[in-house]
Formats: sequence, C-alpha cells, structure tokens
Amino acid sequence: MDFALAFAQAITKGLLTGMVYGLMALGLSVIFGVMRVVNFAHGEIMVVGMYLAWLGFELAGVSPLVSLPAIALLFFAAGYALQAGLITPFINRPEHQQFLLLLAIAILLVNVCLVLAGPDARGVQSEAMFDSYAIGPLVLDAVRVHAALAAIAIAGLLWAFFTRTRTGKSIRAAADNHMSALVVGLDVRRLYAFTFGVGSACVGAAGALMITIVPVNPFLAAEYTLLAFVIVIVGGLGSMTGALLGGLLIGVSEAVAGLLLQPSLKSMFSFGLLILVLLLRPQGLFGGKAGT
Amino acid sequence: MSIVRLLIGGATPRALALLAALLAFLVAAPAFLGPYALSVAILILYFAFVGQAWNIMMGFAGQLSLGHALYAGLGGYIAAGLFFHYGIGPWVGAFVAVAVAVLAGCIVGYLGFRFSLAGVYFALLTIAFSEFTRIAFDHWTWAGGSGGLFLKVQGGVTDILNLRGGATLFYYAILILAVGAFVLCRLLLESRLGRYWLAIREDAEAAQAVGVPVFRCKMIAIAISAALTALAGVWNAFYYNNLFPETAFAMGRSIEITLAPIIGGLGTLFGPIVGAVVLTGMGELFTDLTEHLKISGLKQIFYGLALLVIVIWRPAGVWPWLAKRLGVEERGR
Repeated sequence: MDFALAFAQAITKGLLTGMVYGLMALGLSVIFGVMRVVNFAHGEIMVVGMYLAWLGFELAGVSPLVSLPAIALLFFAAGYALQAGLITPFINRPEHQQFLLLLAIAILLVNVCLVLAGPDARGVQSEAMFDSYAIGPLVLDAVRVHAALAAIAIAGLLWAFFTRTRTGKSIRAAADNHMSALVVGLDVRRLYAFTFGVGSACVGAAGALMITIVPVNPFLAAEYTLLAFVIVIVGGLGSMTGALLGGLLIGVSEAVAGLLLQPSLKSMFSFGLLILVLLLRPQGLFGGKAGT
Repeated sequence: MSIVRLLIGGATPRALALLAALLAFLVAAPAFLGPYALSVAILILYFAFVGQAWNIMMGFAGQLSLGHALYAGLGGYIAAGLFFHYGIGPWVGAFVAVAVAVLAGCIVGYLGFRFSLAGVYFALLTIAFSEFTRIAFDHWTWAGGSGGLFLKVQGGVTDILNLRGGATLFYYAILILAVGAFVLCRLLLESRLGRYWLAIREDAEAAQAVGVPVFRCKMIAIAISAALTALAGVWNAFYYNNLFPETAFAMGRSIEITLAPIIGGLGTLFGPIVGAVVLTGMGELFTDLTEHLKISGLKQIFYGLALLVIVIWRPAGVWPWLAKRLGVEERGR
C-alpha cells in the first residue's frame, strides 16, 4: 500500500513537471515545424529565462510567476531579432551550417550566464515552496501545481494564437507550403522571425516556471537542449499536442525511473525511449505525418 | 607507381612542395619546439586526426553524426581497461578497441540506415546512443564507474610497447595516425567507394537509382570512421591517463570532434587540418588573453564569437578560401 502511494505520488509529480517540459519542447517544436531549423541553443535560451526569473526574485522579490509575462515578451523580442538578424540567411543552408551557427549562439548564451552568475546553483526560495495541496492521500507540491497550471494556460494561448489569429494562421500556411505562401503574398521572412519569437517566448516562460521547481546552473543548458529534443522526437517533431504529451511522458518516466531505479539512471530511460521511437515510429508517438 | 599517382595526381608542383615542407616541419618539430608549443602541436594533430575520421562520414558520405564521442570513448575505455586490469598493452588493446567501436558503429549505422533516418533524425540517434553509453559507463564498475579510470603514470620511463612515455612519444604516435588517416582518406576519395560516397552525399535517391549500393557504402563509411575514431580514443586515454564517462562520452566531446572539419571545410582533405590549427590556435590565444582575468567562461565567450564570425564569413570553411590564396587548388575539381 505504501508502495502504491509512493508510485502514485511519483506519477503525479512527473505529470506536473512534465507540463513544464512540454511547454519547453513546444518552443522547439514550433520553430522546427515552421522553419525546419533545429534550434541547438534551445536549452541555453531556457537557462537564460531561468536566470532572469531568479534575478527578478533576488533583486525585487518578484515571484517568477509574476515576472513570467515580462520575460516572455522580452524573449519574443530577442527571438524575433535573432531570427531577423542572424538566422534568416541560414534558412536554406545545409544543416551543418545551421548547427554551427546555433552552437555558437548557445556557447555565447551559456557562458555569458556563467560569467555573470557563476557556476553555483541558484534557486528561488520562498515560504510558498513548502506549501502543498492534499488530494486524498496524495500530497502535491504547490509550486509544481502552479507551474503546471501556468504551462497549460500558456499552451492554450498558443493554440488560440495558431488557430484564431491571422498571423498564427499565416505562419501555419507558410509551414505547410513555403512556396505557395510566397505566391499568395505572405511576408514569410517576417513570419519566420515571428515564429522564432513565439518559440523563444515559450521556452523563456518555461524557464520562469522551471526555476520555481529546480535551481539553475549554466551546465543545465545542454541537458535541457537534449531533453527538449528527446521530447519532441518522442512526441513527434512539429506537432504541438505531440510536444505536450511527450513532455508528460518523459516527466512521468523520469519520476518513475527515479523511484524504481537509481535517480542517475533516469535519463537512460528517456534515451532508450528516444532510440525506440526513432527506429519504430520516427514520426513520433503522436505525430501524424512521417518525419523527413 | 599507380598508388603514387593516386596520391599526388591532380596536385600542382607548388602544392606538392608546400605539402613536403609541411611534412618535414612536422617530423622535425619536437627537436626545436618547447614543451608548451609541443603540447599545442599534439592537440592540433589530435583534432586533425579525429576530424579526418569524422569527415569520412559527414564530409564524404553526408551522414551527420553528433555522437562520435561514443567511438572515441569506447576505444579509450577498452584499451585502458585491458591495460589496467590485465596488463594487456595498447598495441593489442587497440585491435579489441577498434573491433568494439566498429561493432557499435555498425549497430548505430544498421539501425539508422535500415530505417532510412537522415539528417537531424540520424544525428539525434547518434547522440542518443552516445548518451545511453555514457550513463551505462557511469554505473559499470569494471570501467571505474563515475569515479573514473586512471592509468599509472611512471615519470621518465619510455616504454613504446605499452605506449608509456613523454610528450615526444605521443607526438609521433598522433603524427603517424594523422598522416596515415590523411593518406587513407585521399586513397578512399580516389576509389570507386569514394565516388559512391560523394554521389550519396549529393543525392542518395538518385545514387540508389543508378545502382550505387547506398546502404553498404554508408555502412562502410561509419565502420571506417568509427575505427579511426576509436584509435584516437586509445591514444587519448594513454596520453591523459584518465577517463571519466562524463567527459569521454559527453556531447561536448562529440561536438568538439565535428568543429575542425566544419570550420576547415567539409569534405576536403585539408579542411580538418586547417580547422584544427584555427580552433586550437584560437583556444590557446583566448586562454592566454583571459588567464589573468580569472573569470571562468570568458574564454568560451571569445570562442563562441569567433565561431559566429567564421560561420557567417566563411560558411563553406576556411580551407577553400585559403587554397585559393595559396594557389594550390586542385586541377579539374
């Protein structure tokens, strides 16, 4: 009985963390799905978001949940500028050149964090950290619940943006058929910049949520990049629901692996899952179209 | 005669003269280089060698691997483990190391190519295998687990049979490997297999259609590349005398391997060499510049900026541009 409870506890914890993972992966998925550019600096952008939220809390006592909209807006502008300024000329270049460009950006971002904040772990600590909600015998950390709810809300906003607004629909049109989008007169370069902005805003918001759960250090960046890749491949690259469900799946599998095996083995589980999905269902568990 | 023609055919006399001068310089270098300069030269040769190995897959056959640390790590761990546990020297251990790395390469290749994963998807598969192995080695006590594996350092002893000795020994070992890989790559490129690889790189479907055995050619590419990378791993393990899963199989190690050929010029024979000189030179320069400031990360910022400048300014690599400047472009290419 004790074990069943611990198991249920681990699964709910995994689901809650998985929502934030999902939001992070959503940013990667949106960028890849539209531009076919693989953002190798994704985890680095996430870590910058975590540091900014931490900074807001340290300097002004602003809760990361409150500073989140400002961070998202800032990241949208930065992502827009990055795409418009640096990445656009690389859109039709070979993959390895895009890889090198984003790698250089990643190295810059993570080391600016290292220079400014140092290698030590930085966390947000407040009384609210110890609050919890009880559902029957299950005890849920309040911060995790808040982070998961916020992630769901942001994903909902994103969904509304892509299905209800003119810009969102145009972006999807450009993703479906680049040439036709040009033919009907869409400003594809601007849409691409907008997309990178939206993707960056997503991952920046995910960073602000993640800092309430996990303390940040610069070396997390590469881990998050890999994790985001694992999630979107498992869920299906370019699929929004796939990214969210993939996030949940990886969150739960990490939590369960940490409970049943050693915590240090948890990512082996995720990578094993990644290999299986790549081989058996490369379009992802929840992706409709075959991956190419 | 025909081998000689294969090796130097198409090169201008000027290019051959420059190449001979470079080789003479490299052979004589330990006689006049100080310990620091020698260690930098060793680093350059290491990256040139391992870059050449990676270039076979990406530059020739067009398969992007971001998990080459897997083969270097396996090679290093197996040779070092055999020496550490059973006293088996690296000359024998290298054969086992290469065999295991080739097997690993064939598994990755078979799975990837059978299911026709390409581009980013194949790259992610290679990363996944490398990461998977890293965590496995973290928990494998024979290999020392996460605490690492250490080889005994005997000062002043030169024992070529067990690859124990000073910097000069390791310099010549890596020089022989680098020159050997260069010659091998040249011969491969001139062979039928090399032409097949280039056809696959340019358009795999068209190559298949005209009867190129695409799957087999890709498998040979990954096997040769893994074998050479494993040798680099063996050399690396005995040069540094320590191995940790966190570094040996790290994604950073894999990325390091890809940089010299990409920066130098993908698919060219001199690209990995020029790239290794540029990257190592930059690394050392920035270390010197930032050393007295004692700010960790500053060196990497310079490094990132330099990469950014290179990829924007010379996206096809430094070598094609440099070759034009030196007047040593090959005829008929």
